[in-house]
Amino acid sequence: MFSQICSLYGSFLKIGLFTIGGGYAMIPLMEREIITGHGWLTAPQFLDIIAVAEVTPGPLAINAATFIGYRLAGVAGALAATLGVVTPSLVTLLLLGGFLSRAILDPRAERFLRGLRPALIALISAAVVTLSRAALIDLTTVLIAAGIFITAVAWRRLNPLYLVAAGALLGLLAYPY
Amino acid sequence: MNRSSRAVQPKAVSLPTIFLVFLKVGAFTFGGGYAMLPIIEREVCARRKWVSEEHFFDLLVVAQSLPGAIALNSSIQIGMRLRGIAGGILAALGVIIPSVAVILALAAYFLPLFRDNVYLKAIFYGLRPAVVALIGAAVVNLGRSVFRHWSDIALAGALLAAALLLKIHPVIILLGGGLSGLILFRRRCA
Repeated sequence: MFSQICSLYGSFLKIGLFTIGGGYAMIPLMEREIITGHGWLTAPQFLDIIAVAEVTPGPLAINAATFIGYRLAGVAGALAATLGVVTPSLVTLLLLGGFLSRAILDPRAERFLRGLRPALIALISAAVVTLSRAALIDLTTVLIAAGIFITAVAWRRLNPLYLVAAGALLGLLAYPY
Repeated sequence: MNRSSRAVQPKAVSLPTIFLVFLKVGAFTFGGGYAMLPIIEREVCARRKWVSEEHFFDLLVVAQSLPGAIALNSSIQIGMRLRGIAGGILAALGVIIPSVAVILALAAYFLPLFRDNVYLKAIFYGLRPAVVALIGAAVVNLGRSVFRHWSDIALAGALLAAALLLKIHPVIILLGGGLSGLILFRRRCA
């Protein structure tokens, strides 16, 4: 039990440390750590957790960490995973805040970030490909995904909450009972 | 100039106020970090005048370039600007506590009640493709702002191939992208 709490903290520390750009940036890392790496969850279970994290208040990364931690090791696991994912924010901003806010403006940091963003896009695209296999299981789910994708791209300022709610409603209507 | 507003406010804000404002932001904003930013902005810039719009934009850039959730990173910076380290910690706690409390309540009490419910199964049957679609849309929307030159697209394509075909670890891909940026964009970024 104690070793699982420690490895949860370690995994989410890694996830927090390399989530640069917030929210969706952590999906590929979580997938690697939690589904492929440790085999802690299956892809459909992971997607269910992201869906719940999306409709509950607060940042996606924190909601997902709390939920996954709870699933794997109860309340202690939830706290360990949450602490892991917020540790990099706390350490970098509280201890190195002033220094880093200036360092970010350095031209080298700017070039590093300019290369990091395409890498992030590549990783999130790769995660979409792998997660599609778990989510798009028949024609109905493909149509639901297509409709929501087009809406989200066409109307980019729409709160994702509404689109998740639309997915739930379509699921209720179209599920092969 | 407006920059002088940096020195005006700080001492006036109490620590419990910082905590409660971010607790409210954490508890009532749905839809993840990007949905929280306009709410934080309204609360700390328009309503309370804790930071100027211009300074808020500066701290967003820092929040997006450092590790961690964007809403959390922005909140910590605002808290720190008002009351130093204690302010930063209380802002962080305010944002985190509602998340943890709501998820724990759901995971521990509510979802188990419906475990074998057919309607819950139907809901998740529709939620999974919705989530994949949202992540896919995030790729497109990110691409619109990130891809400014063919070399950005080429870099993303090469790294996508490396991630999918060679199954290289995401951390290596990220560091590879960053290092390529250091080398590739040497001349173009003035």
